[in-house]
Amino acid sequence: MNTVDLETQSLRSLNQSLHDLIGTTEKTKWTVLNPKGAHAIAAGIDSPMDITIDGSAGYFCASMNKQADVHIKGSAGPGLGENMISGTITVDGDASQNAGATAHGGLLNIKGNASARTGISMKGVDIVVHGSIGHMAAFMGQSGNLVVLGDAGEALGDSCYEARFFVRGEVKSLGADCEKKEMRPEHIEFLKDILERTGADAKPEEFTRYGSARKLYNFDVDNASAY
Amino acid sequence: MKDYDSKGIPHTTPRQSATYTLDANSDIRRAAATGIYDIRGGGAKRKVPSFDDLLFLGASISRYALEGYREKCDTNVVLGTRFAKNPIEIDIPITIAGMSFGALSGAAKEALGRGANAAGTSTTTGDGGMTPEERGHSSKLVYQVLPSRYGMNPDDLRKADAIEIVVGQGAKPGGGGMLLGQKISDRVAQMRNLPKGIDQRSSCRHPDWTGPDDLEIKVLEIRELTDWKVPIYIKIAGTRPYFDTKLAVKAGADVIVLDGMQGGTAATQDVFIEHVGLPTLSCIRPAVRALQEMDMHRKVQLIVSGGIRSGADVAKAMALGADAVAIGTAALIALGDNDPKWEAEYNKLGTTAGAYDDWHEGLDPAGITTQDPELMSRFDPVEGGRRLRNYLKVLTLEAQTLARACGKNHLHNLEPEDMVALTMEAAAMAQVPLAGTDWYPGKDKF
Repeated sequence: MNTVDLETQSLRSLNQSLHDLIGTTEKTKWTVLNPKGAHAIAAGIDSPMDITIDGSAGYFCASMNKQADVHIKGSAGPGLGENMISGTITVDGDASQNAGATAHGGLLNIKGNASARTGISMKGVDIVVHGSIGHMAAFMGQSGNLVVLGDAGEALGDSCYEARFFVRGEVKSLGADCEKKEMRPEHIEFLKDILERTGADAKPEEFTRYGSARKLYNFDVDNASAY
Repeated sequence: MKDYDSKGIPHTTPRQSATYTLDANSDIRRAAATGIYDIRGGGAKRKVPSFDDLLFLGASISRYALEGYREKCDTNVVLGTRFAKNPIEIDIPITIAGMSFGALSGAAKEALGRGANAAGTSTTTGDGGMTPEERGHSSKLVYQVLPSRYGMNPDDLRKADAIEIVVGQGAKPGGGGMLLGQKISDRVAQMRNLPKGIDQRSSCRHPDWTGPDDLEIKVLEIRELTDWKVPIYIKIAGTRPYFDTKLAVKAGADVIVLDGMQGGTAATQDVFIEHVGLPTLSCIRPAVRALQEMDMHRKVQLIVSGGIRSGADVAKAMALGADAVAIGTAALIALGDNDPKWEAEYNKLGTTAGAYDDWHEGLDPAGITTQDPELMSRFDPVEGGRRLRNYLKVLTLEAQTLARACGKNHLHNLEPEDMVALTMEAAAMAQVPLAGTDWYPGKDKF
């Protein structure tokens, strides 16, 4: 077990130590003490590891993560898991704006609520929010899955491409070209698996699926009022 | 037409409107027929005050010229000296601007790398990520972080020699890009993680930060991701150059790339290109003033782009305070874009060589701005690279010629005092005196 105390050690030395493991295959364990909202904690990991952040993190925590399992025992600031490629990030508390922005893969598991633009431009990541999410979630979402156990704010899935959204609670409004979709058996199977993996207390059948109506994929002047 | 009507009254000469010009009328007819605004590539085509409105004074009794072909006039520039462990040193102060794989063919990107390599300078990725061809043929490659983040990944980020956070582009400050469905081949679609054949919008703003304070944190994140090794550029459009330069410095930029309205784009609305942003000439002095006020001139390097065509443009931009320039459209022309040898094919597309700008349609006869295999096969990346290398060499030689005439042994030693302006507008924008006067319009009272 490696322990880094950000009260006495710098963010730079922490991240450098994590980056020094890029290319290694042996799984390591890390604990970060006293994060106190520092930005870019554990950004750019690319090796198998369990890393626990013992408190709340600032902007861009675990951004561009590959392979690592990151556990934040607090809340996270904007851009959590930004452009993540693989691995998992679990947040015990809430996540601020832009959680999982542009993330390509892996799993982002937010036990609390998530703020505006959760999953903005998501490109393949799976995001599970145990609470509710704010407005403009998954704006221009390209692919991946956003699962919300609570409610969604305004303009869910605005201008989305092929990302899928599963919401258990109320959706305040759908964004441009986002529509309610049929729940098919494969969606139930997907939810069953991901709810189990994230320890979510919900049943797949309770969710409604939303996604792109694909009407705005190619510009048509008759759709101008939708833009 | 007869000079008189049937009653013997003289006809007046038919007069075209200065407001409803032939061009404006054709725009109206086009809009009426299609219901869609005009989308095109390139930069502003309207005439704006430019480097052509400036002249160098050359040597005189008080200025001692340097001998051409004998006395040295250096051209190297180091970019990223502020924070980066590994700044980029380039042999000539002319870099290749960001242009995407997708907008350009893979072979065209390869040619840009070959030409830049041979001339000792850097090239830049674009929306859509980094291709192996590009990385393989560019010894110095700048990786753009764009709002869309198409193809963005940490592996490529770490392979880059510098990172450029693109806030704006001179052709469309505040606007995103568009790659229309016809250019979305299997490979482009795969790199961007989007279905084939759909119109791809590149966002107009970043998904994970808003405003200058966030940008500072974004820069910190990228520093951490790259272990503070490589320079971080911030590219801004010519809109509020004084304030944006200050904010970029505050955010932690090593290098600022400033792109005026003549700078090109792969595709956006014509109304955007022609009506938003500032001429390149008017952007440089405010940006340099901002750097000087922060004691950052020459510490944070300034790269100017947007309408650079000749060594004279290079020298003038540097005399106004730039550390280097970037070229995009001119590099494509050097590769063979808009070459008159394709005139018959341009005519079939309803245009003519020199005016072709529908790069987004993927029908480029020169095989450069296309993903069509047959058209792409017309373009030879080795020959294209050689042509670009030649062009970059000529730009450098021309700039050196002008610098030597002004008595400068390095292009960086050129200064505003070496120049005058031919027009009041240019004098005011460049803050150099109107030729033959000691008047600085916009600075001195009339």
